[in-house]
Amino acid sequence: MTLTTTTSAAAPPGAAAAPPAGRRPRSPYPTWFYLPAAILYTIFFLVPTFASFYFSLTRWSLFEFEFIGLENFVQFFREPALVTGLTNTIIYGVVTSGLKVVLGLLFGVLLTSQIIARGFLRSVVFFPVLVSTIGVGITFQVLMDPFGGPINEALAAIGIPGPGWLTDPSLALLSVALVDVWKGVGLATVIYMAGIVSIPQEYFEAARVDGAGPLHQFRHVLLPLARPATVTVIILSLIGGLRSFDLIWAMTRGGPGFTSDVIASVIYKQYQAGFYGLSTAGNVLLFVLVTAIVLPLSRFLNRKEVEL
Amino acid sequence: MRKHSSPRLLARTIALAAGAAMALAGCSAGSLGSSSGDGVLLTFLVSSNQSTVSAAEALAEAFMQQNPDITVEVETRPGGSEGDNIVKTRLATGDMSEVFLYNSGSLFQAIGPEQNLTPVTDQPWVGALEENFKRVVSVGDQVYGAPFGPQLTGAVLYNKRIYADLGLEVPRTWDEFMANNTAIKAAGIDPVIQTYGDTYTSQLFVLGDFHNVAAAEPDFAERYTAGEAKFATSPAALKGWQHLQELHDLGYYNEDFPTAKMEEGMRKLGDGEGAHYPMLSNGISALAVASPEGATDIGIFPIPGDDPARNGLTVWSPDGVYIPKTTEGAELEAAKRLLAFIASPAGCAAQAAGSMPTGPYAVDGCTLPADVLPATKDFQTYYDAGAYSPALEFLSPIKGPALEQITVEVGSGIRSAVDGAALYDEDVRKQALQLGLPGWD
Repeated sequence: MTLTTTTSAAAPPGAAAAPPAGRRPRSPYPTWFYLPAAILYTIFFLVPTFASFYFSLTRWSLFEFEFIGLENFVQFFREPALVTGLTNTIIYGVVTSGLKVVLGLLFGVLLTSQIIARGFLRSVVFFPVLVSTIGVGITFQVLMDPFGGPINEALAAIGIPGPGWLTDPSLALLSVALVDVWKGVGLATVIYMAGIVSIPQEYFEAARVDGAGPLHQFRHVLLPLARPATVTVIILSLIGGLRSFDLIWAMTRGGPGFTSDVIASVIYKQYQAGFYGLSTAGNVLLFVLVTAIVLPLSRFLNRKEVEL
Repeated sequence: MRKHSSPRLLARTIALAAGAAMALAGCSAGSLGSSSGDGVLLTFLVSSNQSTVSAAEALAEAFMQQNPDITVEVETRPGGSEGDNIVKTRLATGDMSEVFLYNSGSLFQAIGPEQNLTPVTDQPWVGALEENFKRVVSVGDQVYGAPFGPQLTGAVLYNKRIYADLGLEVPRTWDEFMANNTAIKAAGIDPVIQTYGDTYTSQLFVLGDFHNVAAAEPDFAERYTAGEAKFATSPAALKGWQHLQELHDLGYYNEDFPTAKMEEGMRKLGDGEGAHYPMLSNGISALAVASPEGATDIGIFPIPGDDPARNGLTVWSPDGVYIPKTTEGAELEAAKRLLAFIASPAGCAAQAAGSMPTGPYAVDGCTLPADVLPATKDFQTYYDAGAYSPALEFLSPIKGPALEQITVEVGSGIRSAVDGAALYDEDVRKQALQLGLPGWD
């Protein structure tokens, strides 16, 4: 809405075809220009979305389906794994997102300062982002093996008995979250670097003239002015964390037992088991959950930005 | 208007052309296949497990020698639930290969046999099928499949060398088994091997105990299907869960049970680091690879129950080879000939040449080669004595999909046996609802 108003305000006032206020401005393109995009969008996005809303109300075996109303949702909420899944999803989302913000910011500051081998270090931090998630998962599964895995061997060498990273029910999810942070922090760092570089140097000079030390500069100049970067990192990593699946699946398959299951892996297991209607219902719920968390958060964070 | 319609026309033409090109491509692939050397081409879809692929290729080779006008190409797909979805999707879209390999029993029921498969009831070889197998590839009075690969049992693989060294006897009751475990533990050897790195291996104490459940409660399978008998409330069915927990609580499992994989378990067993390994008998082929020397020391005995007189094996029927309804004409005839070959002694021999069998075949007249491993011979001995019954998933269409996660939890001490059994009952209910069985709403 805002966008349209701006455009019409910016339109040359002398244009004879200028529409009366409130009506959409006449587009320079004929309507059929939209057609290819509209067809693709309808076929690949709208139809599947509405079909999935419908199939979430059926008992579906791929060969036939039977309309059963809201029973799938009832069943999904009865699911014993759901409560663990829901809690784990939120823990995972918050932990990964929080750590990515903190570490990304620190790395961002470090890698925009004048240090030796800056270009090299920047590539090193970003490198894990480029590696296949499944590959990372399998590698860390080997590294974190409590029986002869390199991490615990190294800990044993300095006299610390390493825990069962992926086999201890209370640790498994956090171990996966740490690997997720290792893999994803590069992207957060790049976003922060862009945010920090775009802060005009004059602010720092002015602060220095006023006698601000490095900590003050960080707290009162860099942090507030890098806010757009923080908002982007929080939103992106929270969405990523809430719907994350591939790394968890590669490392623990939700195990041991159900202890590191998140909603997405619960849904995947139902799909694997042939409960197509039920897993579709789960996906509709995941969609609602992510929207319900991220939409208000994004509104909130962006409004603060304007007020700043 | 003209200005508008001509690009639309263009778009239509492009779409038409693209569609035509696709149709042409589809056609040419098909016709190329069936016209090669004026013979018929059959694609045979199998799961990508190494011994299955070797057996399928040896079978195809032998069949093509007898039938020079037919070419059989083996195509592979992933196994497990990923493979289930591939098979269901290809059947649902009419894109299935001319013949394909898939589970019998409850999974077979879930692919809509009546809608999707061609019955083979009128074929002469159907009479030579083992009775249980015939039943688990049938819907109503129609038979749909030919057996591929040997029958399986879920039982305890044990190291005979350790038994001889410690002077132990093969146990016929659970108490005798536990007494053996105490002696083995005292000798510094892991009594029982568990490998939760491959979660499916955790189910054996529950699934392999079914012969004992059926001995104590003969109508369990029927009442279970009807939603009346539950694992948590039937004393006989709960035993398997309690065994799993008991062995964990006593510390009888190998130290690395949470992460070890099946091959590692087989190596431990063959090398004498562990004495017992409850597994499916098809694991014997992994044993032969993991511990070539130790493999000859390994035997098999049924998971013991309470009554020594009714000691026996729980047996899984082999997978079936099916023909989808989309196979027609000359290809259908060829496919039927392939199935007839599979269900004949020559077919069994061809499979055995490709991959050493780990149990008896489900076709009358098929015999095992003389050089099979001792564990396979033990299996055959129990089988010939009639001391076996089919596994629950061949007597009932319901098997809960989360069983392996729940048994991992019980075997790892995360959940108690009773809780685990109750949780599994809930999982079973979900599967029953999906299948639309009566009496579950």
